[in-house]
Amino acid sequence: MEFITQPWAWYVAGPIIAFVMFLLYYFGERFGVSSNLETFCSIGGAGKFVDYFKIDWKENSWNLIFVAGSIVGGFIAFYWLSPNDAVALNPQTVQDLAAIGIQNAGTSYLPDEIFSIDTMLSLKGFLILIIAGIMVGFGARWAGGCTSGHAIVGLSNLELPSLISVIGFFIGGLIMTWFILPLLF
Amino acid sequence: MKYIKFFLVGILFGIVMSKAEIISWFRIYEMFKFQSFHMYGIIGSAVVLGMISMFLFRKKMVKTFEGNEIHIALKKVGLYRNLLGGILFGLGWALAGACPGPMFVLIGRGIVAILIVIFGATLGAFLYGLLKNKLPH
Repeated sequence: MEFITQPWAWYVAGPIIAFVMFLLYYFGERFGVSSNLETFCSIGGAGKFVDYFKIDWKENSWNLIFVAGSIVGGFIAFYWLSPNDAVALNPQTVQDLAAIGIQNAGTSYLPDEIFSIDTMLSLKGFLILIIAGIMVGFGARWAGGCTSGHAIVGLSNLELPSLISVIGFFIGGLIMTWFILPLLF
Repeated sequence: MKYIKFFLVGILFGIVMSKAEIISWFRIYEMFKFQSFHMYGIIGSAVVLGMISMFLFRKKMVKTFEGNEIHIALKKVGLYRNLLGGILFGLGWALAGACPGPMFVLIGRGIVAILIVIFGATLGAFLYGLLKNKLPH
């Protein structure tokens, strides 16, 4: 069991993700998580305000089921397949984070400075969470895909729009990590 | 019952996202600081193997389980949409430390705060739909 309970290496995870993509196409669908956000809007009645959301969302049910499965997968991995919550980060990363005000990096999956209940209930913490979400959702739909649709499927399929989008993902991610995060905590 | 296979594939996806620490905020930070090969290895190896899948689909050597040809829908082209949308997405990805897939997986760990991020992402998708015609694409 140890090979299951230890953290999985990149050369295990990458091929499994490619296999997940393969299976979704084999089952006659596609791999793209962020389109579920539009489906949520359609289910919530956004079609009454914006024609863009007037779709038959039931056609995307399979993708909602996929997402529901991923929640269960997260639960299974957390409760039964992981002995602890630590992440073996580069020691330099831990130091860099301490320097910008994020302590105890790597002792759990997520920083308390962003994800603890106390932080969530503070105005600043709430704004960080919701603004991060808005940028992800708006950006993904504007770009026409997220990490799954562009970085995995699009790059695999050698599509130029996906390469440009992934370059964009990195421009935004680098700006946030190097210049904005140090100002926030 | 035709949906159960998607549920099972989703479980596999959730487990690998979790076990390979892809859902860890810290791993995303580390990636953007270029301090670990981990995330690059994951995305890189998935893309290389993905290319083989795409080749098999294109050459019709693999069809769906129902025997239909597999066509990959091409992404919408537009320098502004891809670059500006991509940059906005990247800003959010590095701040939340999670892209849409991991957001859902984190619910399975009992992370309440991620629900606010998911609500924000849904709101973001709605705002895009609302402002779509005013944006450069």
